[in-house]
Amino acid sequence: MRTLARLFNVKGSANTAKERLRLVLIHDRSTLPPGAMEELRDELIEVISRHVDVDRGAVRLEITQDGRSQRLLADIPLKRVDRRLPEEY
Amino acid sequence: MGRVITITSGKGGVGKTTAAANIAAALAAMGNKVVCIDADIGLRNLDVVLGLENRIVYDLVDVVEGRCKLRQAMIRDKRLGELYLVPAAQTRDKSAISPKDMKRVCDELRSDFDFIVIDSPAGIERGFKNAIAPADEIIIVTNPEVSAVRDADRIIGIVEAEQKGPAKLVVNRINQNLVNRGDMLAVADVLELLAVELIGIVPDDQAVLVSTNRGTPIALDAKSRTGQAFRDIARRVMGEQVPLSSPNGSGGGFITRLSKLLRAGGD
Repeated sequence: MRTLARLFNVKGSANTAKERLRLVLIHDRSTLPPGAMEELRDELIEVISRHVDVDRGAVRLEITQDGRSQRLLADIPLKRVDRRLPEEY
Repeated sequence: MGRVITITSGKGGVGKTTAAANIAAALAAMGNKVVCIDADIGLRNLDVVLGLENRIVYDLVDVVEGRCKLRQAMIRDKRLGELYLVPAAQTRDKSAISPKDMKRVCDELRSDFDFIVIDSPAGIERGFKNAIAPADEIIIVTNPEVSAVRDADRIIGIVEAEQKGPAKLVVNRINQNLVNRGDMLAVADVLELLAVELIGIVPDDQAVLVSTNRGTPIALDAKSRTGQAFRDIARRVMGEQVPLSSPNGSGGGFITRLSKLLRAGGD
Protein backbone atom coordinates (compact mmCIF):
# COMPACT_ATOMS: atom_id res chain seq x y z
CA MET A 1 0.00 0.00 0.00
CA ARG A 2 2.72 2.39 1.03
CA THR A 3 4.90 1.39 -1.90
CA LEU A 4 1.99 2.01 -4.29
CA ALA A 5 1.33 5.40 -2.78
CA ARG A 6 5.00 6.19 -3.07
CA LEU A 7 5.01 5.20 -6.74
CA PHE A 8 2.20 7.59 -7.58
CA ASN A 9 3.32 10.30 -5.22
CA VAL A 10 6.97 10.56 -6.16
CA LYS A 11 7.14 14.05 -4.74
CA GLY A 12 6.07 12.90 -1.24
CA SER A 13 8.00 14.95 1.30
CA ALA A 14 9.02 11.76 3.14
CA ASN A 15 11.39 10.88 0.28
CA THR A 16 12.93 14.33 0.49
CA ALA A 17 13.29 13.95 4.26
CA LYS A 18 14.98 10.57 3.83
CA GLU A 19 17.45 11.82 1.23
CA ARG A 20 18.31 14.91 3.28
CA LEU A 21 18.77 12.78 6.39
CA ARG A 22 20.96 10.31 4.53
CA LEU A 23 23.37 13.10 3.60
CA VAL A 24 23.29 14.88 6.93
CA LEU A 25 23.95 11.63 8.83
CA ILE A 26 26.99 10.85 6.68
CA HIS A 27 28.32 14.26 7.58
CA ASP A 28 27.40 13.97 11.29
CA ARG A 29 28.97 10.52 11.64
CA SER A 30 32.18 11.56 9.97
CA THR A 31 35.04 12.02 12.37
CA LEU A 32 36.97 14.05 9.80
CA PRO A 33 37.06 17.80 10.48
CA PRO A 34 36.02 20.13 7.66
CA GLY A 35 38.71 20.48 5.02
CA ALA A 36 40.35 17.21 6.04
CA MET A 37 39.00 15.37 3.00
CA GLU A 38 40.72 17.84 0.65
CA GLU A 39 43.96 17.56 2.60
CA LEU A 40 43.75 13.77 2.62
CA ARG A 41 43.04 13.77 -1.11
CA ASP A 42 46.08 15.96 -1.87
CA GLU A 43 48.38 13.88 0.31
CA LEU A 44 47.14 10.61 -1.19
CA ILE A 45 47.79 11.94 -4.70
CA GLU A 46 51.25 13.08 -3.70
CA VAL A 47 52.24 9.70 -2.25
CA ILE A 48 50.77 7.65 -5.07
CA SER A 49 52.25 9.85 -7.81
CA ARG A 50 55.73 8.99 -6.53
CA HIS A 51 55.13 5.50 -7.92
CA VAL A 52 52.60 5.87 -10.74
CA ASP A 53 51.18 8.68 -12.81
CA VAL A 54 47.83 9.75 -11.37
CA ASP A 55 45.09 11.56 -13.26
CA ARG A 56 44.86 14.24 -10.58
CA GLY A 57 41.65 15.88 -11.72
CA ALA A 58 39.70 12.62 -11.68
CA VAL A 59 40.60 11.42 -8.16
CA ARG A 60 37.52 10.78 -6.04
CA LEU A 61 37.40 10.32 -2.29
CA GLU A 62 34.18 9.57 -0.47
CA ILE A 63 32.79 8.16 2.74
CA THR A 64 30.13 5.48 2.33
CA GLN A 65 27.83 3.88 4.89
CA ASP A 66 27.73 0.18 5.62
CA GLY A 67 25.10 -0.23 8.32
CA ARG A 68 26.46 1.97 11.12
CA SER A 69 30.09 1.70 10.02
CA GLN A 70 31.74 3.99 7.55
CA ARG A 71 34.17 3.26 4.75
CA LEU A 72 36.55 5.58 3.01
CA LEU A 73 36.53 4.87 -0.71
CA ALA A 74 39.19 6.26 -3.01
CA ASP A 75 38.91 6.03 -6.77
CA ILE A 76 42.28 6.96 -8.23
CA PRO A 77 42.45 6.71 -12.04
CA LEU A 78 45.96 6.33 -13.45
CA LYS A 79 47.22 8.20 -16.50
CA ARG A 80 47.36 6.14 -19.64
CA VAL A 81 50.90 4.90 -20.13
CA ASP A 82 52.31 5.19 -23.65
CA ARG A 83 53.73 1.75 -24.25
CA ARG A 84 55.38 2.51 -27.63
CA LEU A 85 59.14 2.60 -27.54
CA PRO A 86 60.76 6.04 -27.85
CA GLU A 87 61.71 7.08 -31.44
CA GLU A 88 65.46 6.77 -31.08
CA TYR A 89 65.33 3.02 -30.40
CA MET B 1 19.45 -9.04 39.82
CA GLY B 2 17.56 -6.07 38.40
CA ARG B 3 18.26 -4.63 34.98
CA VAL B 4 18.72 -0.90 34.50
CA ILE B 5 17.00 0.42 31.37
CA THR B 6 17.54 4.04 30.37
CA ILE B 7 15.08 5.80 28.08
CA THR B 8 16.70 8.63 26.14
CA SER B 9 16.38 10.52 22.84
CA GLY B 10 18.67 13.47 22.29
CA LYS B 11 15.89 15.74 21.10
CA GLY B 12 13.29 16.92 23.60
CA GLY B 13 9.57 16.45 23.20
CA VAL B 14 9.64 13.12 21.35
CA GLY B 15 7.84 11.24 24.13
CA LYS B 16 10.67 10.04 26.35
CA THR B 17 8.85 10.55 29.63
CA THR B 18 5.63 9.09 28.23
CA ALA B 19 7.57 6.05 27.02
CA ALA B 20 9.37 5.65 30.36
CA ALA B 21 6.10 5.90 32.34
CA ASN B 22 4.26 3.47 30.08
CA ILE B 23 7.02 0.88 29.75
CA ALA B 24 7.47 0.94 33.54
CA ALA B 25 3.71 0.69 34.18
CA ALA B 26 3.36 -2.16 31.67
CA LEU B 27 6.27 -4.04 33.23
CA ALA B 28 4.71 -3.61 36.70
CA ALA B 29 1.26 -4.65 35.43
CA MET B 30 2.86 -7.90 34.21
CA GLY B 31 4.01 -8.68 37.73
CA ASN B 32 7.52 -7.25 37.73
CA LYS B 33 8.94 -5.19 40.58
CA VAL B 34 9.75 -1.88 38.93
CA VAL B 35 11.25 1.42 40.07
CA CYS B 36 11.41 4.51 37.85
CA ILE B 37 14.01 7.20 38.37
CA ASP B 38 13.44 10.67 36.97
CA ALA B 39 16.94 11.83 36.03
CA ASP B 40 15.78 15.16 34.66
CA ILE B 41 16.89 17.28 37.61
CA GLY B 42 15.30 20.74 37.53
CA LEU B 43 12.63 19.74 35.02
CA ARG B 44 10.83 16.93 36.77
CA ASN B 45 7.91 15.45 34.86
CA LEU B 46 7.72 11.70 35.31
CA ASP B 47 5.73 12.33 38.53
CA VAL B 48 2.88 14.14 36.74
CA VAL B 49 2.81 11.69 33.83
CA LEU B 50 2.46 8.84 36.33
CA GLY B 51 -0.03 10.84 38.41
CA LEU B 52 2.10 10.72 41.59
CA GLU B 53 2.97 14.42 41.94
CA ASN B 54 0.96 14.98 45.13
CA ARG B 55 2.86 12.44 47.16
CA ILE B 56 6.43 13.67 46.75
CA VAL B 57 8.31 14.35 49.98
CA TYR B 58 11.94 13.62 49.15
CA ASP B 59 13.71 13.47 45.80
CA LEU B 60 16.80 12.01 44.13
CA VAL B 61 19.05 14.89 45.20
CA ASP B 62 17.92 14.44 48.83
CA VAL B 63 18.98 10.79 48.56
CA VAL B 64 22.36 11.59 47.00
CA GLU B 65 23.08 14.34 49.53
CA GLY B 66 22.12 12.10 52.44
CA ARG B 67 19.01 13.96 53.66
CA CYS B 68 16.92 10.80 53.47
CA LYS B 69 17.14 7.06 52.86
CA LEU B 70 16.50 5.85 49.31
CA ARG B 71 13.36 4.04 50.53
CA GLN B 72 11.95 7.32 51.87
CA ALA B 73 12.17 8.97 48.46
CA MET B 74 10.40 6.08 46.70
CA ILE B 75 6.71 6.72 46.03
CA ARG B 76 4.60 3.63 45.47
CA ASP B 77 2.01 3.69 42.72
CA LYS B 78 -1.11 2.35 44.47
CA ARG B 79 -2.78 1.27 41.21
CA LEU B 80 -0.06 -1.25 40.51
CA GLY B 81 1.42 -3.84 42.82
CA GLU B 82 5.09 -2.98 42.63
CA LEU B 83 5.74 0.27 40.80
CA TYR B 84 7.78 2.95 42.53
CA LEU B 85 9.04 6.38 41.51
CA VAL B 86 12.15 8.21 42.66
CA PRO B 87 11.34 11.80 41.65
CA ALA B 88 13.83 14.35 40.34
CA ALA B 89 14.55 17.51 42.34
CA GLN B 90 12.78 20.53 40.94
CA THR B 91 14.79 23.32 42.54
CA ARG B 92 18.30 22.10 41.72
CA ASP B 93 20.26 21.60 38.53
CA LYS B 94 21.93 18.64 36.87
CA SER B 95 25.29 19.25 38.51
CA ALA B 96 23.78 18.21 41.88
CA ILE B 97 24.21 14.59 40.74
CA SER B 98 27.13 12.71 39.18
CA PRO B 99 27.23 9.54 37.06
CA LYS B 100 28.83 7.84 40.09
CA ASP B 101 25.85 8.82 42.29
CA MET B 102 23.46 7.30 39.75
CA LYS B 103 25.44 4.06 39.66
CA ARG B 104 25.40 3.87 43.45
CA VAL B 105 21.64 4.48 43.69
CA CYS B 106 20.95 1.86 41.00
CA ASP B 107 23.24 -0.70 42.62
CA GLU B 108 21.28 -0.27 45.84
CA LEU B 109 18.04 -0.96 43.95
CA ARG B 110 19.17 -3.89 41.81
CA SER B 111 18.77 -6.57 44.47
CA ASP B 112 15.15 -5.57 45.26
CA PHE B 113 13.78 -4.91 41.77
CA ASP B 114 13.41 -6.65 38.42
CA PHE B 115 13.65 -3.42 36.45
CA ILE B 116 14.99 0.06 37.11
CA VAL B 117 13.69 2.43 34.43
CA ILE B 118 15.53 5.74 34.11
CA ASP B 119 13.94 8.71 32.33
CA SER B 120 16.79 10.72 30.83
CA PRO B 121 16.69 14.45 30.17
CA ALA B 122 17.02 15.69 26.58
CA GLY B 123 20.44 16.71 25.30
CA ILE B 124 23.87 15.10 25.58
CA GLU B 125 25.22 16.91 28.64
CA ARG B 126 25.57 16.03 32.31
CA GLY B 127 21.98 14.91 32.86
CA PHE B 128 22.17 12.52 29.92
CA LYS B 129 25.52 11.17 31.12
CA ASN B 130 24.01 10.62 34.58
CA ALA B 131 21.13 8.71 33.03
CA ILE B 132 23.21 6.36 30.90
CA ALA B 133 26.01 5.72 33.42
CA PRO B 134 24.22 2.89 35.30
CA ALA B 135 22.36 1.53 32.24
CA ASP B 136 22.47 -2.13 31.22
CA GLU B 137 20.31 -1.37 28.21
CA ILE B 138 19.41 1.83 26.42
CA ILE B 139 16.17 2.53 24.61
CA ILE B 140 16.15 5.53 22.27
CA VAL B 141 12.84 7.18 21.49
CA THR B 142 12.49 9.01 18.20
CA ASN B 143 9.75 10.46 15.98
CA PRO B 144 9.54 9.98 12.21
CA GLU B 145 10.84 13.48 11.68
CA VAL B 146 14.20 14.83 10.48
CA SER B 147 15.44 16.55 13.65
CA ALA B 148 14.42 13.68 15.95
CA VAL B 149 16.05 11.06 13.69
CA ARG B 150 19.22 13.11 13.40
CA ASP B 151 19.50 13.47 17.18
CA ALA B 152 18.74 9.78 17.67
CA ASP B 153 21.67 8.98 15.36
CA ARG B 154 23.97 11.11 17.45
CA ILE B 155 22.81 9.39 20.65
CA ILE B 156 23.28 5.93 19.09
CA GLY B 157 26.87 6.95 18.28
CA ILE B 158 27.56 8.18 21.82
CA VAL B 159 25.99 5.06 23.35
CA GLU B 160 28.26 2.91 21.14
CA ALA B 161 31.32 4.97 22.06
CA GLU B 162 30.48 4.57 25.78
CA GLN B 163 30.20 0.81 25.15
CA LYS B 164 26.61 0.77 26.33
CA GLY B 165 25.30 -0.38 22.97
CA PRO B 166 23.71 -1.55 20.90
CA ALA B 167 20.82 0.74 21.76
CA LYS B 168 17.27 -0.23 20.80
CA LEU B 169 14.82 2.07 19.07
CA VAL B 170 11.22 3.07 19.70
CA VAL B 171 9.61 4.96 16.82
CA ASN B 172 6.93 7.07 18.49
CA ARG B 173 4.03 9.02 16.94
CA ILE B 174 3.72 7.21 13.63
CA ASN B 175 0.76 8.54 11.66
CA GLN B 176 -0.05 5.80 9.18
CA ASN B 177 -2.20 8.09 6.99
CA LEU B 178 0.72 10.45 6.51
CA VAL B 179 3.03 7.52 5.83
CA ASN B 180 0.62 6.12 3.22
CA ARG B 181 0.41 9.54 1.60
CA GLY B 182 4.20 9.67 1.35
CA ASP B 183 4.51 12.61 3.73
CA MET B 184 5.94 10.88 6.78
CA LEU B 185 9.05 8.73 7.09
CA ALA B 186 7.99 5.10 7.47
CA VAL B 187 9.44 2.96 10.25
CA ALA B 188 11.43 1.09 7.59
CA ASP B 189 12.99 4.38 6.42
CA VAL B 190 14.00 5.32 9.97
CA LEU B 191 15.50 1.86 10.53
CA GLU B 192 17.40 2.01 7.26
CA LEU B 193 18.86 5.40 8.17
CA LEU B 194 19.77 4.57 11.77
CA ALA B 195 20.74 0.90 11.27
CA VAL B 196 19.70 -0.08 14.78
CA GLU B 197 17.42 -2.70 16.33
CA LEU B 198 13.74 -1.80 16.64
CA ILE B 199 11.98 -2.55 19.95
CA GLY B 200 8.64 -0.86 19.31
CA ILE B 201 6.36 1.25 17.12
CA VAL B 202 3.89 3.57 18.84
CA PRO B 203 1.10 5.27 16.87
CA ASP B 204 0.39 8.98 17.01
CA ASP B 205 -2.65 8.94 19.29
CA GLN B 206 -4.61 11.78 20.94
CA ALA B 207 -5.58 9.38 23.70
CA VAL B 208 -2.02 9.76 25.03
CA LEU B 209 -2.74 13.42 25.78
CA VAL B 210 -5.93 12.44 27.58
CA SER B 211 -4.16 9.83 29.69
CA THR B 212 -1.40 12.30 30.54
CA ASN B 213 -4.01 14.88 31.54
CA ARG B 214 -5.42 12.32 33.97
CA GLY B 215 -2.07 10.97 35.17
CA THR B 216 -2.99 7.41 34.18
CA PRO B 217 -0.52 5.68 31.85
CA ILE B 218 -2.22 4.52 28.65
CA ALA B 219 -0.43 1.18 28.96
CA LEU B 220 -2.99 0.36 31.69
CA ASP B 221 -5.89 0.79 29.25
CA ALA B 222 -6.51 -2.75 28.03
CA LYS B 223 -8.52 -1.56 25.01
CA SER B 224 -6.06 1.03 23.70
CA ARG B 225 -3.91 0.08 20.68
CA THR B 226 -1.31 2.58 21.89
CA GLY B 227 -1.41 0.94 25.30
CA GLN B 228 -0.90 -2.36 23.48
CA ALA B 229 2.13 -0.91 21.68
CA PHE B 230 3.70 -0.05 25.06
CA ARG B 231 2.75 -3.42 26.55
CA ASP B 232 4.42 -5.09 23.55
CA ILE B 233 7.60 -3.08 24.19
CA ALA B 234 7.52 -4.18 27.83
CA ARG B 235 7.21 -7.82 26.77
CA ARG B 236 10.16 -7.42 24.40
CA VAL B 237 12.15 -5.86 27.25
CA MET B 238 11.30 -9.00 29.26
CA GLY B 239 12.80 -11.06 26.43
CA GLU B 240 9.60 -12.29 24.77
CA GLN B 241 9.36 -12.55 20.99
CA VAL B 242 6.48 -10.23 20.10
CA PRO B 243 5.88 -9.63 16.39
CA LEU B 244 6.17 -6.02 15.23
CA SER B 245 3.06 -4.88 13.44
CA SER B 246 2.40 -1.60 11.71
CA PRO B 247 0.36 0.85 13.82
CA ASN B 248 -2.86 0.69 11.81
CA GLY B 249 -2.87 -3.09 11.93
CA SER B 250 -2.79 -3.56 8.16
CA GLY B 251 0.14 -4.63 6.04
CA GLY B 252 2.98 -2.18 6.18
CA GLY B 253 5.24 -3.96 3.71
CA PHE B 254 8.52 -4.19 5.49
CA ILE B 255 7.08 -4.46 8.98
CA THR B 256 4.74 -7.24 7.98
CA ARG B 257 7.57 -9.15 6.35
CA LEU B 258 9.74 -8.54 9.39
CA SER B 259 7.07 -9.71 11.80
CA LYS B 260 6.40 -12.80 9.66
CA LEU B 261 10.08 -13.54 9.81
CA LEU B 262 10.12 -13.13 13.60
CA ARG B 263 7.03 -15.29 13.95
CA ALA B 264 8.57 -18.00 11.79
CA GLY B 265 11.72 -17.79 13.87
CA GLY B 266 9.71 -18.06 17.09
CA ASP B 267 7.93 -21.32 16.11
